Amino acid sequence: MMHHVSDEMLEDYVSGQLSAGWSLGVATHLALCPACRKRVQVLEAVGGVLLENIEPVPTASTSLQDIMSRIAEPRDEIIAVTPTSPTRPRGGNLTPILPEPLRQMVGGDVAHLKWRRLNGDVSQVIFETGDQTTSCRLLRVKAGRPVAEHSHGGNEFTLVLAGSFSDKLGTFARGDVELTDEHVEHQPIAGPDEDCICLAVTDAPLRFRNPIVRLFQPLFKI
Amino acid sequence: MSEQSPPDRTKSSNRLSDPVVSRQMVNHIIAVASERDSAAFEKIFRYFGPRVKAYMLKLGTDGALAEELMQETMVSIWRKADKFDPAKAAPSTWIFTIARNLRIDAYRKASRAEPDPHDPAFRPDADAPADDVMMQTEIAERLRKIIATLPEEQRTMLQLSYFQDKSHNEISQDFGIPLGTVKSRLRLAMQKVRHALGDETP
Repeated sequence: MMHHVSDEMLEDYVSGQLSAGWSLGVATHLALCPACRKRVQVLEAVGGVLLENIEPVPTASTSLQDIMSRIAEPRDEIIAVTPTSPTRPRGGNLTPILPEPLRQMVGGDVAHLKWRRLNGDVSQVIFETGDQTTSCRLLRVKAGRPVAEHSHGGNEFTLVLAGSFSDKLGTFARGDVELTDEHVEHQPIAGPDEDCICLAVTDAPLRFRNPIVRLFQPLFKI
Repeated sequence: MSEQSPPDRTKSSNRLSDPVVSRQMVNHIIAVASERDSAAFEKIFRYFGPRVKAYMLKLGTDGALAEELMQETMVSIWRKADKFDPAKAAPSTWIFTIARNLRIDAYRKASRAEPDPHDPAFRPDADAPADDVMMQTEIAERLRKIIATLPEEQRTMLQLSYFQDKSHNEISQDFGIPLGTVKSRLRLAMQKVRHALGDETP
């Protein structure tokens, strides 16, 4: 795997300043990328040292008592039975295409989702993360087929989950992230061997070159 | 909440963190996990409670909620003490992540997105982690030293990036320094941190 999350995005993820849409993208990349998990570990250790060095603020006089009585309270949120995750794929040891936390968020692995066709080559599943500042979707592009050429009104985060795609910035396979912004115009083409499935997070609509595609944009919310 | 407990005097003269404290905290957390030791827990509270509250306040949480989130953090420390793994994180690292996640959860409906190591799709680390307790405390010590020796303006930028809910743009406006300078100070600080740890990052 060659394409990782940027330093700035990872730092914002660790400090807790990344909104839910981007966080979902970063966390799903982390599930597939031991190298970036190591980077997170370092950034969190920095956070810990900074926390040690912070100017302490007096707590309330009853803090410790309050905490001890909260600890003594029965915990109603604990349910002894661990339900079998409905998002876990049936049929043994098959590796899901969608890792956690993404699988939970969209409500299952790719086979259980309701894909909507955008055209003969591309289908999508739009889902809610509760984040008003981003929109999130899964895209499936047929093997060897292109996505209409587009630039970006803002930032786009694309994480490959199956197959691969190529554009002028390189070739992206499972676990790889492509970050693009308003300065990038590209035409991704899915690899020839299998359909390419991606998570795409955007904070502004895409700008398609083709006027007919533009006409249909509001309909597909892309 | 009208009366305030005395500030923690032991550290008020020198706020720079102390590796000895860190090692003691490891033992305190383990004592909480294995023996439900409330004296050990009180020591964790005396040290981290006022810091976690300061963290919440710095991030713009008002006083009552900052106290509340600090208390929740302490309750989580008690309840999750058995999950603390000194081979994976120093006490301050572990407590930082608990406080951060509780803060995010308080402001969002959904909880923070994180990978699940038990998920069959989770790609495990290639090499078995050889990191042991010593290595984590050693990493924390090296980080402490490097952060203490950063030029003031770089350390400030590092603190702001962790403890202010502000974009680089907003920091630039607030401090009247160019955006490029904000970014380069932060980059320089992070480079030194990575360098000190033997930079294995991609």
